[in-house]
Formats: sequence, C-alpha cells, structure tokens
Amino acid sequence: MNATALSHYLFFLAVLLAASWPLGLYIARVFQEQPCGLDTVLGPVERVISRMTGAGTSGEMNWKTYAVAVTLFNAMGIVAVYAIERLQGVLPLNPAGLPGVDPFVAVNTAISFASNTNWQTYGGETTMSILTQMAALTVQNFVSAATGMAVMAALIRGLTRRETDKLGNFWKDLTRTTLYVLLPLSVILSLALVWQGVPQTLTASVAASDIKLPSPTPVAPDALGGLDTTPLATPGQTIALGPVASQVAIKQLGTNGGGFYNVNSAHPLENPTPLTNFLSMLAILLIPAALCHTFGVMVGDRRQGLAVLMAMTILFAGFAWLTVQAELHPNPLLTQAGAPHVPSLEGKELRHGVAASALWAAATTAASNGSVNAMHDSFTPLGGMWPMLLMQLGEVVYGGVGSGLYGMLVFAVVAVFVAGLMVGRTPEYLGKKIEPFETRMAALVILIPPFTCLLGTALACVIGPPDAVANPGPHGFSEMLYAFSSMGNNNGSAFAGLTATSPFWTIAGAVAMFVSRYWLIIPVLAMAGSLAGKKRLAENPGTLPTHGPIFVGLLVAVVLVVGAVTFVPALALGPVAEHLAMTR
Amino acid sequence: MFSIIKKQLKPAYLMLLWMTLLTGLAYPLAMTGIARMLFPDQAEGSLIRRDGAVVGSRLVGRDFASPGSFHGRPSATAPYAYNAAASTGSNLGPTNPALADAVAERKTTLAAENGGENAPMDLLTASGSGLDPHISPEAAAFQVPRVAKARHLSQEVVAALVERNTEGRLWGLWGEPRVNVLGLNLALDALTAKE
Repeated sequence: MNATALSHYLFFLAVLLAASWPLGLYIARVFQEQPCGLDTVLGPVERVISRMTGAGTSGEMNWKTYAVAVTLFNAMGIVAVYAIERLQGVLPLNPAGLPGVDPFVAVNTAISFASNTNWQTYGGETTMSILTQMAALTVQNFVSAATGMAVMAALIRGLTRRETDKLGNFWKDLTRTTLYVLLPLSVILSLALVWQGVPQTLTASVAASDIKLPSPTPVAPDALGGLDTTPLATPGQTIALGPVASQVAIKQLGTNGGGFYNVNSAHPLENPTPLTNFLSMLAILLIPAALCHTFGVMVGDRRQGLAVLMAMTILFAGFAWLTVQAELHPNPLLTQAGAPHVPSLEGKELRHGVAASALWAAATTAASNGSVNAMHDSFTPLGGMWPMLLMQLGEVVYGGVGSGLYGMLVFAVVAVFVAGLMVGRTPEYLGKKIEPFETRMAALVILIPPFTCLLGTALACVIGPPDAVANPGPHGFSEMLYAFSSMGNNNGSAFAGLTATSPFWTIAGAVAMFVSRYWLIIPVLAMAGSLAGKKRLAENPGTLPTHGPIFVGLLVAVVLVVGAVTFVPALALGPVAEHLAMTR
Repeated sequence: MFSIIKKQLKPAYLMLLWMTLLTGLAYPLAMTGIARMLFPDQAEGSLIRRDGAVVGSRLVGRDFASPGSFHGRPSATAPYAYNAAASTGSNLGPTNPALADAVAERKTTLAAENGGENAPMDLLTASGSGLDPHISPEAAAFQVPRVAKARHLSQEVVAALVERNTEGRLWGLWGEPRVNVLGLNLALDALTAKE
C-alpha cells in the first residue's frame, strides 16, 4: 500500500471505531427505554403511532409471538412493495411516465428490499417512479433495518433475562429503532449529501442543451497538419434526478445498499465527492459496529461487546487490507495491450481512485450493505474474491444492521461449544448453558446461507440461462458465485455484468434472499426464547471468559474456518483460476 | 398459532401504513423542502446555465468529441456515451479479451488524435458510472497540444487554464487529483470568446 492509501485506510478505521462508541451507548438507551435526548421531539410521535396501531397494548411477547409479528410485518411489506411497483403507472408522483414493473422483477425487488438485501435486477432511474422509490423502497430500507435491530434486541434480552419467556415487544422495538436511531441519522446524512451535491427533488429529469462551440471558425484540416478542427456540437443530455439524498442516506445507514441509480454510489449524483464517499463508507459500518457497544451495555459487561467488536475489526482490517492490495496491482493483460503499468481504472470513478474503491468494496461486503462505488465485476480476480469471501463468511464482520450482531453471537455460541468440546465441559455463554437445542439452532443459522449460495450457484450452472453471464472463462463462474453469495447472505452487491432479469434468476434469487433472511430470524428467535427461560449460572473456575483475547481469537478462527471450509473449492474454480490465468 | 396470527394482523398492517407515511412520505418530502431551502442549487442537480440554457450538471460528465474540447473518459452507457438517464459501467472482467482489445484500440485512437504515445490509464478505461465528470491532470496535459492547436491558443495558456481547473485531494487524503471536463471546456469557451 502506498502512503496515501495507507493513511486513508487507517484514518477510516480510527474514525469508525471512535464514532461507534457514543452511538452504541445511545442505542442502548433507546432499547432500554431510557431518556436519550430526543424524547421531547419524538416521544409524541412514538405515542401516536403506538396508540393508532394498537401496538401499545400488545405487551411483551414470547419468541413465537415475536416471530409471528416479524414475519407478518415483513410479508405485508413484500406485498405492498410488489403492489406499488406493479401499479406505479397509474399512481401519482410518476413524472417520467414509467410503466408498471415486470412481474418477475417486481417479486424479486419486493423480497430483496424487505429482506434488507437490496439486490437490484433493474436500473433505478429507468424503472422505478418517484413514488416507488419513496413509498415502497425507502420505507423498506428503514423497516428492514429496524427489523434486524429488533431481532438482535430480542436475542440480547434472551441472553440477559432469566426464567422468563418474554423477549420484548416487536412493534415497540421497530418503532423506537426507526424513530430514535434511523430517522435522525438519515436526516443528518441526507443534508450532508445534498450539501455536497446529491439531488433531492421531485423532478424526474432535466434536459441539458447541445453545447455548440463558439468561434473561432473552423480551419481547413491541412493548415493544421491534417487535424480536422470542425467543431462538433456536444449532443444534448437528459439528466435523471429525484429524491436521491433521502434514499441514499438510509440505504447506507441501514446496510440496505439499494441505489437510486443503476450504478449505485458510483454515480456522480449519488456520491459526488471524496467527502460523500467517506461519509457513505462510514455510514455503512457505523451502526453495525456501534451495536457491539450496545450489546456490551445491555448485558451489563462492556468488555463482552468490545470482544465481539475486536473480532469483527480484526477480520475487517485483514480483508480490507487484502482487497486494497489486490486492486493496487496492475493488470498484466492491460499492460500488454499498451496501458501504463498502473492499477486499472476500468469500472472505477476517477474522483475516488483505486484505493478508496477497494476499501469501499471491503466495507460494503463486510456489512451486508451491497452499495458499490465501483464496478466489482471489473476488479482484479483477487480484488473481487476477498469481498466475495467477506459475504460468504455469513455477513458477520460488522454485518447487517442487527443481523450482523445476531449472526456473530450465533458464531460466539458455536465458539464456546467448540471450546467446551476441547476441555470436556458443558459450554456456557454469558452465564447461560448452551445445550443441544441452542446448538441445533446455531447450526441452522450458520449452514443455511452457504447452502443457498452453493446450491443456487450449482443450479445456475446447470439449468440457468446460458447467456446470463457477461464474461467468458472462470470470470463467468465468478459472476454466478458472487450473485448467490450476495443474495444468499442478504448483501445485494453484484458482479453486475450478469443479466439477472430472466425468470430463473429473479425467482431463484428471490428464494435465496427470502430463505437466508427469514429462516435465520426464526431460529435466532427460538434460541433467544430458549435462553431466556434458563437460569443464570455463576462464574466458576471452569468458565471460559468470553471477553479476553483467547475468546476473540477463537471466534475469529471459527468464522474463518467455517467460511473457508465451505467456500474454498468454489473460489478455486472462479477467482483463483482467473488470477492464475491472468498472471501466467 | 392461529390466534397469535390473528392478534398480530392488525398491528402489522397499521404499522406498515404508519411507517410508510413516516419514512416513505413525510421523511423524503421534508428533506426535499429543507434541501430546497438550504441548498437550492445542489438539490436540483448542480446545474450549469449558459445564456439562460442548462448546459449540464457540474457533477455529470458530457460527451465532448470536438478536437477543440477536452475529452472525458470512455463511457459504457447505451445507446450513446454519457447517457445520464441510464448509467452503467462496462462490467468487463479483468481477463476478458474485449477489455484488452478496447484498451489497445483506445490507445491507437488517442495517439492519432493527440500525437502522444503515452495515454494515461483514465483515458484508456471506461468509468464505473459512464458519467465520470473528471479526468486526471495527466489526461488533461496529454490533450493540451491538440486543444491549443484547434483553438489557436498557445499551449501555455491552455495549460494554465487546466492548472486553474485542477482539484487536489481533500485534506491531502481523500479522492484523487482531477479536472472537471465540462467546467474546463466552458472556461475554454469563455476564454476563446473573449480573445
């Protein structure tokens, strides 16, 4: 890494860790219903919503009720998004006159946004009306993130409460997360983005006129040594606009990642300056990192949160380093074709440059965000592989908002289980005995995403439409593997050359996104319910301390081993094979 | 189980409705209003007007092809380059022969147009959005002789203009040194009109 890239990388890590601390404490106050500073303004809104929806009277829920509430709410969200997409042609706020969305794409998009994946098989500016972008997609950006945080809060309550079946109230968690955490942060980030140039308007587009060159009059070509200086008018241009900033802010903060424009945050109106790039990248990881501190506060031992945060940070720092290093390598094939021996800029924006594009790629795949500021499809083979592996680890390296932490806590359960096996003691975590039921649920949570990734990729190779991939050779396989790694872990980024609009891809993708979101939430809640019913054991000399370096190392090792064992063969067929072909 | 579902059904759809009103309408509309008040220019797309007509956005690249204008980076948008209504990158993989071919072809064209052999990387590769408004200072310098010749200006004058339109790294740390092509060409037009 050169000096600029290195200082950028270190500065980003430092700001992320520094900012996550106060935010984590604030979010803990929100979940514990303590005064958090915004109560005078938002308290009345919360009370109105609570009264109008009847949520205020529904009381604390056991895990089954909690799971039913989550599932029903998300199912209705899917139906609502689908309906708005299909009907947008006759609904208001459609100044561009866009027709209803194709049914396959609409189903895929509805599940994609409700499951916090935000895989996009469409180009935003050419497909979705302003109403759809706001009232369907932006809403799901908020509530899918809030759903993740609510489930996480339920799991933490399961770990801290004893001999009860109550895990909190989903409606209250959802409302408080949205009102006190996501909305205020989104307002601040939106305004910062608009200040830097991200549009926020109800106009769908603006036409720029032809630019004709003024004098001088053209000179005969031969007078200038064969150079034809006839001025060519620059043709006119239609610039797509819309309420971009409000959607981009929550897409980053809620680890959603669904862009307003087709190329997401590579678009100069979605991410116009190095400052917006930095703020967006920070917003991607901010809440997931902060939630580790929230966890520490809620379990009454801040070191527990720090240990999880350290494990995530070690993994992120390592993979981000590898990604940046890989992208800073010039592509020998381009050098042979006559390009200078510098890193490739294909698919990258000049204002961000190579290092910031690679760092973003690591951040967006470490969190289950999936917004991109450069086209990952054009990255070097290894520069594309590390982000792919970050997704395949199960989106627990910070991970999605809420989902990253509950995923990592499940890995923590596996880690203490493995440690228990080594020394022949019943494993426990935070004073709760880990028994066969918890272990079975943990196994489900850890195995379902790899199963959907690998099965989906295999199906795509065998029965998928053969013309879906855009690039020949191992890279074509990488496109398919990346797609299912992304959808099967609710990330949403893509090797975007892949054409995923066919019925096979839209439906298989929708199934993968659905399964890997809701089939994980249900076992996590079941585990929370089971843990809440247990007694809390006193620490004894045989207890493995879960706040020290040994546990951090064990947790990192478990995450890496599970991910590596599952995916190394597939990665060898795609990016590794391509890397060897490229450097041959 | 059925009774739980029945009991949660009503809060579920009412909550979705209220969340839609709050985050899908109130929030984006309030942001639109506040943005218009605080940052009216940026909120509408940072448009540049010349003689009353919109000539583009200072954030979005345009397709300049005249010898007398600075050219932007290759753009992969369809059906024409720099289509700001449908952004896209090329998505060519690193080992796709089409990528190396495109680079070689651009190098040949650039050498013929500009008379230089060493075209910088940003002029040989397509941007991620297809709308990249910037080129590197090296890419601008590479085009100075051609532009100066076509505009009957001295190379020093044009190079000085490039210099004035070059942005550095933010706080020496973020972003890459760059030149806004539309801004530079408009400045060039203004200069030519004055002379």
